Amino acid sequence: MAAITQPASPADAFPVRRALSPLLRREINWGLLFLSPWIVGFLVFTIIPMAVSLVMSFTTYNPIHPSETRFIGLANYARLFGDPQLLRAVGVTLRFALISVPLSIILPLGLALLVNSERLFARNIFRTLFYMPYMIPAVAGVMVWGGILNSESGWLNTIIRWVLGVPGPRWFQDEGWVLPALTIMGFWGVGNTMLTMLAGLQNVPTELYEAARVDGAGPLRSFFNITVPMISPVIFYNLTLSLIGAFQSFTAAYIIGNGRGDPNGATLFYNIYLYKTAFAFLDMGYGSTLAWAMFLAVLLLTIFLFQTQNRWVYYAGGND
Amino acid sequence: MAAVTAPRLYLTPTRHMRKFTTTALVTLLGLLVLLIFLMPLGYMSVTAVKNLQQIQDPNSQLLPASPVTFTYEGKELLLLNVPLPDGATRQLALYRKGREESDFIDPANPAAGPIHWVGRWRVLDPVYQFDPILSNFPNAWNAIKFGLLFRNTFIIAITGTIGTLLSSVAVAYGFSRFRIPGINAIFLVLMATIILPAEVTLIPTYIFFRLIGWGGTWWPLIIPHFFANAYNVFLLRQYFKGISRELDEAAMMDGASPLQILVSVIIPQSWPALTAVSMFHFFWAWNDFFRPLVYLQGKEELYPISVGLTQFSNIYQMQPHLAMAAAAMAIALPVAIFFLAQRVFMQGIVITGLEK
Repeated sequence: MAAITQPASPADAFPVRRALSPLLRREINWGLLFLSPWIVGFLVFTIIPMAVSLVMSFTTYNPIHPSETRFIGLANYARLFGDPQLLRAVGVTLRFALISVPLSIILPLGLALLVNSERLFARNIFRTLFYMPYMIPAVAGVMVWGGILNSESGWLNTIIRWVLGVPGPRWFQDEGWVLPALTIMGFWGVGNTMLTMLAGLQNVPTELYEAARVDGAGPLRSFFNITVPMISPVIFYNLTLSLIGAFQSFTAAYIIGNGRGDPNGATLFYNIYLYKTAFAFLDMGYGSTLAWAMFLAVLLLTIFLFQTQNRWVYYAGGND
Repeated sequence: MAAVTAPRLYLTPTRHMRKFTTTALVTLLGLLVLLIFLMPLGYMSVTAVKNLQQIQDPNSQLLPASPVTFTYEGKELLLLNVPLPDGATRQLALYRKGREESDFIDPANPAAGPIHWVGRWRVLDPVYQFDPILSNFPNAWNAIKFGLLFRNTFIIAITGTIGTLLSSVAVAYGFSRFRIPGINAIFLVLMATIILPAEVTLIPTYIFFRLIGWGGTWWPLIIPHFFANAYNVFLLRQYFKGISRELDEAAMMDGASPLQILVSVIIPQSWPALTAVSMFHFFWAWNDFFRPLVYLQGKEELYPISVGLTQFSNIYQMQPHLAMAAAAMAIALPVAIFFLAQRVFMQGIVITGLEK
């Protein structure tokens, strides 16, 4: 990691000259040439589709009868507020975010502390093994966890029966347990967050801990008063990604819920509802409305998170 | 401290002891957590080599094991652990089943004839022997047409990797070495696309690809990668910025064009970052589920592993051994590549995660 930390680029230090010399002109042209794949891609695959999708959200577009497409103003947006299925989907998504997001921060942080501990023997092996399940393809991971969480033959319920003496929950059949089950399945993806947290922990200057120890602070106090503030930018980054990720959950819920939101709509995530609306019922006008509603929600959430940043995120280089 | 000899002699062993104890405790805790964390892989491995009988066996065994039989007079007899009146327990073959008393044959000495035993044979434990069913792998392979899925996934993943490497290297080079007015603002726009939910561009992109006749082909899964993406550009740009400019400037003095500099100066110094980007894309493509699901609807012969496996798991829900054998085969390659190249890979994650 250390090899890749960069000094500020000398390019930033160049003064921008008013009149463009032929040499600079040439440099700009070359630069734009190199940027062109992304610029073209950004237009073709981001800006134009976004605009089209916005326009479509005001229509009844259905690819089977494109000629019957009508412009219906805000009717699709009004429909959002009276759509019981959507209400359900939003409820499922929010509930899942509420369960899984805190855990997706706490668990990797705990693991990062563990694999950062000087008292852990063979730390690198632990790091690699905790990271490894992140590489496992999601579909295969869901199949394997499906076996572990099987209410009859699964190992988890066998352990619960053995340790607690009560039968374990019916993870995939019980509406109340399927979201916790999906959260547990998500634990295999913590490796990435763990690594960034670990890098954050390693960047905390050790002098701070020594000073705190001299001042008589215990391990718990130095954790909350030094570690947490010092790694708060990493926590913030992961919190943002994890929230956006929770809003966009699809694959595991699609497989577990058979693409229908089983049991009884308990896994009807927002994205599954969107997928069904646009690609099963081919109601692409309303589908676009759903997509834009999601975009606005994620955007507002991100802005809100960035607003709260000043209160709790500490940047060693100064908050700007 | 060095001046006071006695306390030091006294302190050092205890401190060593304490250090040793905490190391042992922390490592033990780590092992426990790791055991729980990787338990599903254990389940997968043992289930993948069982057959349905072994899975449903009421005396379910952790490892794949089958009851042992002994052939006597042309019949397969079940071998049981039988406690004898003299206190010893012997492995005997059940010859004549009775409710309260049965006859057994001693496999070591079948010529001696049946041994009469009083007691209920049903409460006796059968003798198990380790019996992995390796045929699950070829069976699952054929049932799911794994060869085809592998081939499809490879083509999609490799062409996409080439595309993202070519485009992301060029774009990252553009962002790291050229004084373009407003370049920082452009870079911010690029980074903002990370939080843009894919849903918002999905439907028009889907319609567009269908309009140009690419519905039901791999092109929608490959071509967009030839236009770079924010994560890879960010990682490469950070890396390129860390490369000293002295060499590029020397090359420039010698009259090398920017393209020549990229190819002969920058790229040869960036193998770790290029490897990381290739692997990220390869794994991403191996894993991608939503796009193939949408674009290849109904085209089974074009499915990659992710979508093919889902179908399989729906059909074979009742046959967990085949499902687990299939999952194990889908997992094997990514995990093997990961272990071979984990150092480069994990560094790449740290760059993208930390230097934001």
